[in-house]
Amino acid sequence: MSAHEHHAGALPPEPEKATLEGRNKILGFWLFLGAETVLFGTLFSAYLAFRNSVLDGPKPEELFQLPMTFIMTVVLLVSSLTSVFAVQAMHRHKTGQMLGWMAVTIALGAVFLGLEIYEFNEYAHEGHRFTTSAFSSAFYTLVGFHGGHVAFGILWIGLVILQILKKGLTVVTAPKVYVSAIYWHFIDVVWVFIFTVVYLMGKV
Amino acid sequence: MAAHAHAVKRYPGFWGWLWDWLTTVDHKKIGILYLVAGGLFFVFGGIEALLIRLQLMFPMNDLISEDFYNELITMHGTTMIFLAAMPVIFALMNAVVPLQIGARDVAFPFVNALGFWTFFFGGLLLNLAWLMGEVPDAGWTAYPPLATTAYSSHHGMDYYVLGLQIAGIGTLLGGINFMATIINLRAPGMTFMRMPMFTWASFITSALIVFAFPALTVGLVAMMFDRIFGANFFNVDAGGNIVLWEHIFWLFGHPEVYILILPAFGVISEVISTFSRKRLFGYSTMVFATILIAFLGFMVWAHHMFTTGLGPVANALFSIATMAIAVPTGIKVFNWLFTMWGGSIRFTAANLYAIGFIPTFVMGGVTGVMLASAPADFQYHDSYFVVGHFHYTIVGGLVTGLLAGIHYWWPKMFGRMLHEGLGKLSFWFYIIGFHLTFFVQHFLGLLGMPRRVATYLPNQGFDTMNLVSTIGAILMTVGIAVFFVNVVITSLKPRHAANDPWEDGRTLEWAIPSPAPEYNFKQIPLVRGLDAWWKEKMEGNKELPPAEPLGPIHMPSPSILPFIMGVGFFISGFGFMYNLVFAVIGLVIVLVCMALRSIFDDHGYHIEPEEPKKGEVAA
Amino acid sequence: MNRWHAGKKLALALMFGLFPLLAACGRADLSVLNPQGPVAQRQFDVLMVSVGIMTLVVVVVFALLIYVLVRFRRRRGDNSIPEQVEGNHKLEIIWTVIPIILLIILAVPTVGAIGKFAEDYWDDPNAVQVKVTAYQYWWEFEYPQYGITTAQELVVPIGKKIAFELVAGDVKHSFWIPAIGGKMDNNPGLTNRFYLEFPTPGVYRGRCAELCGPSHAYMDFKAKAVDQASFDRWVAAMQGPAVLPEDDNIREAFVSKCLTCHAVGDQGAPIGPNLTGLGSRVTVAGILFNDTPEQEYVIDPAKTEENIKVWLEDTQKIKPGNMMPSAVDLQLTQEQIDGIAKYLANYRLDYE
Repeated sequence: MSAHEHHAGALPPEPEKATLEGRNKILGFWLFLGAETVLFGTLFSAYLAFRNSVLDGPKPEELFQLPMTFIMTVVLLVSSLTSVFAVQAMHRHKTGQMLGWMAVTIALGAVFLGLEIYEFNEYAHEGHRFTTSAFSSAFYTLVGFHGGHVAFGILWIGLVILQILKKGLTVVTAPKVYVSAIYWHFIDVVWVFIFTVVYLMGKV
Repeated sequence: MAAHAHAVKRYPGFWGWLWDWLTTVDHKKIGILYLVAGGLFFVFGGIEALLIRLQLMFPMNDLISEDFYNELITMHGTTMIFLAAMPVIFALMNAVVPLQIGARDVAFPFVNALGFWTFFFGGLLLNLAWLMGEVPDAGWTAYPPLATTAYSSHHGMDYYVLGLQIAGIGTLLGGINFMATIINLRAPGMTFMRMPMFTWASFITSALIVFAFPALTVGLVAMMFDRIFGANFFNVDAGGNIVLWEHIFWLFGHPEVYILILPAFGVISEVISTFSRKRLFGYSTMVFATILIAFLGFMVWAHHMFTTGLGPVANALFSIATMAIAVPTGIKVFNWLFTMWGGSIRFTAANLYAIGFIPTFVMGGVTGVMLASAPADFQYHDSYFVVGHFHYTIVGGLVTGLLAGIHYWWPKMFGRMLHEGLGKLSFWFYIIGFHLTFFVQHFLGLLGMPRRVATYLPNQGFDTMNLVSTIGAILMTVGIAVFFVNVVITSLKPRHAANDPWEDGRTLEWAIPSPAPEYNFKQIPLVRGLDAWWKEKMEGNKELPPAEPLGPIHMPSPSILPFIMGVGFFISGFGFMYNLVFAVIGLVIVLVCMALRSIFDDHGYHIEPEEPKKGEVAA
Repeated sequence: MNRWHAGKKLALALMFGLFPLLAACGRADLSVLNPQGPVAQRQFDVLMVSVGIMTLVVVVVFALLIYVLVRFRRRRGDNSIPEQVEGNHKLEIIWTVIPIILLIILAVPTVGAIGKFAEDYWDDPNAVQVKVTAYQYWWEFEYPQYGITTAQELVVPIGKKIAFELVAGDVKHSFWIPAIGGKMDNNPGLTNRFYLEFPTPGVYRGRCAELCGPSHAYMDFKAKAVDQASFDRWVAAMQGPAVLPEDDNIREAFVSKCLTCHAVGDQGAPIGPNLTGLGSRVTVAGILFNDTPEQEYVIDPAKTEENIKVWLEDTQKIKPGNMMPSAVDLQLTQEQIDGIAKYLANYRLDYE
């Protein structure tokens, strides 16, 4: 039931679900993501309410550069895939492979974040600042919240990598890998919505 | 693993006692912390209420200024809902739910403590507004533009936004925790349809918290960005829209109403069935009704906005959806009545509160249906009729229910019985005072008195009823004061409450000592049916059948990190208002604590079966 | 009609438990329970349907509760275990279905009235258009059909639909004349339309129903319903040229100190409340009554003059947080104050 039962023996096939603590963590995290869904849903509604409240600032169709955001989308989608590879490696108990894929994941996350910072900087130069209009406030709040989540994910997965290097893959560390991977998929899915609702619909 | 396990260090004296409370992750102690903090804020909110009523006692009274009055109503509403009612609900949930499902603790004891300390420091931040002299004054609904810097340039509303944001994080954590606890930690045999009604209510309330609070988070973020960083969400001149705030606030705010009342429904179901010596009538319907109320609760928010101008289609849909909620609520009321029917009703103080709840809540419910009718609501809206209505539901419903629950579970929480005579005395003062205060307010509204007015002109037919209302408020205060006297007197007495002090206890918590030992159950029980303890008693058993052999009991270690994280949030709250450097410092403290928590595994410690007594010692 | 009204009021009083204070149902110019127009009447009718249904529910619950408490109280020494009843499907269906029926009975008039109140008469040539702009803490009434603007006192003809367009100039307010009809919000940046009807001449009390700042409680206005001929005379008088103080010193002070924010007739600035014909209004600042103690709403110019002086002396004392400076801040001499008060109190529009 608790951690010590599995300590001595070999790692079970799904080490993240081997302990009650692990199962609690995964369930609790799914519930947290339910709350996050409402959070982003509300941010999306606010954004949609203010899509056309541009005032004197640049309009979305003038502002957004689809090639750039498309690259960002690809980068983040690939990072989601590498995060799946990491969890698969964990299920095969290949700690080294797992760490490698996790490292690739956060590297891609960092690239995404870098592109986003570059993008925001460009917008600001074009007169699309946080305080320009209701549209700009809602845009930066929605996309910025997502970016903040990516940044947190990078720190988190980085911390998990360090822990695994020190403690190895155990029934205690496995749920951390698994849960951070779910989190990473979630922010990826949110980005897909942002790409569709903000960027693609902004171009229409 | 035993090598890592260690007994908890306990330090002697006051500092040891304090350290124990600051670091505890025991759900029972956290329940007590919630109760004490909620009680404290309840006193603040109560004093504010009394000042409001004293000001309105006579027409054109000038006891307090108009500005102060607006601060009072804002802080009264905010404090009572977020800092008094919610924590006392969490107090009961913490004290009772793990015991009712046969668990040793909640799913995340650390997060439980974190939830408490974030709530506490959020509430503290909000109330420090009084000391800083810049108090929120735009009403607890904080409608823009009145709540924006253009019309409220001092820091008052910043305290509201940041205090609620921080307290809200704590509440959300609590909601997730209780959902996970109830899903994953039920004892063997405790199926969902054998769970006690209070646990069900807690479960549904937690789900409502998880899905409603994030909307408030976003609303508060938008308001905070507007106020502090110059965003334009609610700035009409820059394309903003004030109605968006109303939607977001009530998208959270209406489920919040059910977050508040469902636990009271749960308490009433437990208390009435215990003191009628009968199982809850129509248990499965009650469960279904609770779920239905919660579900409908998400699709009625715009009935708070009938006069905003949403148009006839929206008004009609939200009218009908709102009326629909009356059906499951009515089912619950009749099921309570028929739980008592054929029973053997004992009038303890707890049961008096529970019985008092029924007619009082029904009156609040029927005025709710009246309000659901949009065309008539054009008259009621923002009048004293509404004030009467929601105090009937939130005070007459929730507070009465919580007082029933507090009297009922007090022996399980503290090992002492509250004095029955004083309990009954407090009930009569409270309930008579309550109806005097709020019944007349419906009529004040219908006679044309708007709500949130700092005073009123004479010669409008308002004078007598306002006087009556104030007298009622004083009687209510007496009732609450008697309750607090009861608490003080009781805590001076020795702890000798029996396991099952009401003798008719039905659920698992009554099978274990009062107060429950640190590990709750020496052996996790096997649950053989609804009202598991009653079933065992009826079959002549003196103990619950165990589901596991006697063995060492694993306990989580105490930690100071939740407290430090609360402090971190508190510092960052101040920082956002006065100096952004501190906002960053505060958030860094929180992040570092999270990292520390992740890096250093909590191996917990074990209580050996041969030392069960030792675990019972509460510091 | 009257008997019908009285009967309904009696029924209402009975239903609410014979509450003695309710006997009067409140002031006829203020109370929801004493409707003075078809809109308020229809809202009152819906209220009565719901009160009737709800009283039934409350009576049933109370009766059951009292019976149960008396019949099934535990007697001393009774240690029997009652039968553990699981539930009763028939009963549970009954208390599910009956409330649904009751709610349908309420929902039908509700939806009907929602449709009725949503009718838009703004473009109806027979309706009188009034654009209501709410400010902290006063009301501006603009009549676009006649090109006139007044403040604090709405004047309307009886028997016509009055089509309102509501907006706020600063924070959110809510426009409410309880005796005539329910409220509608004045939102900044958004326009709401609704209509009211005033069948009987008289003065009705209106107020702000949405918290709008410290003086929210004092944001009252009056609605004066007059017959069509009087209304036409009022419109003509409002359209006429402004009357300014005769005394040069007072006029100079009034123009330079008051008309920078206020307007009279074709003169001045439309920032604060329009002062045209102030002497005909029932109140100063919406809450200082100019009528005589003997006869309500009959204006006493001396009282008006006194009220204007009270207001000018310390505007923040009467309505904290309002935008108007006091006489001291305006550097008005006592002579100028007296002169302006006298002038405004006697600036009357003869139309009734």
